[in-house]
Amino acid sequence: MAERIKPREILSRSGPLWGLIILCVVMTILSPYFLTFNNLFNVGTQIAVIAILALGQTFVIVSGGIDLSVGSVLGLAGIVFGWASVVANLPLLVALALGIGAGALAGLTNGLLITLGNLPPFIATLAMLSAARGLALVISGGVPLNPIPGAILSLGSGDLFGFVPLPVVLMLFMWALTIGILRSTYAGRCMYAIGGNEEASRLSGINVSRQKLIVYTLSGLFAGIAGILLTARLASADPQAGFTYELDAIASVVIGGASLSGGVGNASGTLIGALILGVLRNGLNLLNVSAFWQQVIIGAVIALAVMTDTLRRKKR
Amino acid sequence: MGCGKLEIAGGGIARWGRNEVVSPLLEMRGITKRFPGVTALDGVDFELEKGEVHVILGENGAGKSTLIKMLSGAYHPDEGEILLDGQRVDISSAAVAQSKGISTIYQEFNLVPQLTVAENIFLGRQPRRFGIVDRRKMRDEAHELLERIKVRVDPDAPVSTLGVAQRQMVEIAKALSLDARILIMDEPTASLSGQEVDRLFEIVRGLKEEEVGVIFISHHLEEVTEIGDRVTVLRDGKMVGQVPATTDHQELVRMMVGRSIEDQFPRRRPEVGEVLLEVTELLREGVLEDISFQVRAGEVVGIAGIVGAGRTELARAIFGADPLDSGEVWVEGRRMERFDPREAKHRGIGFITEDRQGQGIVPPLSVAENLALASLGRYTSAGFVNRKEQRSRAQKMIEELQIRTPSPEQEIRYLSGGNQQKVVIGKWLLADSKVLIMDEPTRGIDVGAKVEIYELMNELTEEGAGILMISSDLPEVLGMSDRILVMAGGRITGELSREEASQEKVMTLATQGSEAAVG
Repeated sequence: MAERIKPREILSRSGPLWGLIILCVVMTILSPYFLTFNNLFNVGTQIAVIAILALGQTFVIVSGGIDLSVGSVLGLAGIVFGWASVVANLPLLVALALGIGAGALAGLTNGLLITLGNLPPFIATLAMLSAARGLALVISGGVPLNPIPGAILSLGSGDLFGFVPLPVVLMLFMWALTIGILRSTYAGRCMYAIGGNEEASRLSGINVSRQKLIVYTLSGLFAGIAGILLTARLASADPQAGFTYELDAIASVVIGGASLSGGVGNASGTLIGALILGVLRNGLNLLNVSAFWQQVIIGAVIALAVMTDTLRRKKR
Repeated sequence: MGCGKLEIAGGGIARWGRNEVVSPLLEMRGITKRFPGVTALDGVDFELEKGEVHVILGENGAGKSTLIKMLSGAYHPDEGEILLDGQRVDISSAAVAQSKGISTIYQEFNLVPQLTVAENIFLGRQPRRFGIVDRRKMRDEAHELLERIKVRVDPDAPVSTLGVAQRQMVEIAKALSLDARILIMDEPTASLSGQEVDRLFEIVRGLKEEEVGVIFISHHLEEVTEIGDRVTVLRDGKMVGQVPATTDHQELVRMMVGRSIEDQFPRRRPEVGEVLLEVTELLREGVLEDISFQVRAGEVVGIAGIVGAGRTELARAIFGADPLDSGEVWVEGRRMERFDPREAKHRGIGFITEDRQGQGIVPPLSVAENLALASLGRYTSAGFVNRKEQRSRAQKMIEELQIRTPSPEQEIRYLSGGNQQKVVIGKWLLADSKVLIMDEPTRGIDVGAKVEIYELMNELTEEGAGILMISSDLPEVLGMSDRILVMAGGRITGELSREEASQEKVMTLATQGSEAAVG
């Protein structure tokens, strides 16, 4: 963010990065297979969907809100896309636009409920969590829609230059996009201001309601894109896709150093947060740790990550 | 009343001289506290007798709050010792402080607004019977405590329905319920009106009679003389001296800032120009009634009145922060079509709120970001902010206003109150505001920085800005305003020129018809 930051400050500011590095070193020692291109891209592919959801969630959390609906909105976007291409036989681009547009529209609805309806973000997006999942089930009749057009399937399984998986490429693109929005756009700067002090922002002449609409629409849009990607990876539009993904998305943002009270957080932190979760799952799998214990360990890591971060901030 | 106090204070000094054998209620010896990069306190000595009001005076950052936090258990001294009744104590937590009879009343209250007065007083230690809260007993005891300090507050009223002054009384009642022997009051008068301050002082005098030792932190020198017995002055973490409260104000200021300030209110009156702001017949049912006035270029128009007179409400209404029922606001001869902060900003009105932390600054953001808050749109094209321009404009403003910050990227919450206030003013200057509404512009700011803010007001009006200044600090209103509007009960009850204004005249107008407005 700043122009002239001393190297020491960079180190102290990037606690999550250190966490990731230490985690990778430990995994490398424990499993010879961990540090291979194959495995690392594997991790990247696995986290791409969560990471894109989490990047969208970053806008919301930075602006002091929360979006619980992203997992369901992801499912809805996938189903709308699936319905448009499989049932209605619409051209691919139209189906894509409808799918992603459904995500953005759900996000906009969240924003309207919060600004016009005066609902707390937690409640508005909780309502959308239920409604969007329900709509996905209604549209699909409760069953997965097949077959997905081939061009989209290659998004899930293809790669760039023969070795970088396309999900990873898409994730990195979304990451760069998020950095750009947060750092350099009026909307992005307003997110930090509103999250840091909403009343001061309003009294400084910022149109808080309009900015919130943008924030939630962006989150929905990102969830829509994640929905297309997950559909491509599963080779099927599943109405249950993305179930409870919102929790991983929120966890990634928070592990990445954002504050749920708003005004703090950035895209790279979120990506690192998603990577920490991904590397942990991957490593625990490589070490044959049972899936049940994995959940316990991940819970502990979330608590630990945020605790160390809070302590570090207090010390400054 | 003031005169009587002075003599008592004088006599007190002699008495302490004789009583060296008896240990004081509280003694702090050679207290040193270091934080990374700064020594917040450097070998400070402090003592407090039973039934004494000992004032701690110092600029922001002098170490006053660090010192009292040693007593409330928030900090632990690196060096030095604390003695209660001559016994060395280790105040390791707030619970320990409480058990030793030390209570602190902070500026920001520690009350739960949703709970009733009685519940707040006994929070966490409600009288219980078989594990169930005995509500009647709790209410009776609360009532008794409130009676003791002669406060008329319903123990069953939710705290959220109380005003600032009443909340403070509840805090005091709470401290009494803890059998406090030492009561620490951190700027208790900061948001009280004149009458409420008098009321508070009566209570403090009552506490003195009950042998409670009171540590009183204040910026107001008048209060020091009125309520204090002794004064300890801190500067840059060191103890500058301990003097009787009768000490001359000039001398106290000199001790605080290390130099003498000849003129606390250096108002220069520039040539008055055309009308910048005109307000006609503003009405907000039950809050504001028939308000009309003008502010011209080069003028500082002060608004005086007691708390609840509608001054802040007026400021917020003009700026469009709160709705209005009817009335017109004209800026530079053009009528505002909507009442909305964005519209007000575009017309050239800037609003420096009384609540700097809650409404003025964005604490986690940098100084540069805070400066750009109202002018972000100016550096934006096609949705993208020109961060380079934003930064260079912020840098220029930091130099112009002499904002003391290690870097433009420093988070604003680490700045002192005075520097934060300069950032808030700078935010509006970057938005090219011509009319500045300043609500309590020097609240919670130390003496040195206050003068800097006043100088800034001089410069701005010399450059053709108009300032509408609301202040509860009467000397400030009298010292800095070219004209004074006095409000009571939501109306303007009178206008005084600088020449005719006096404390008495302002107070007479401020209390006019206020009884009628209560109902």
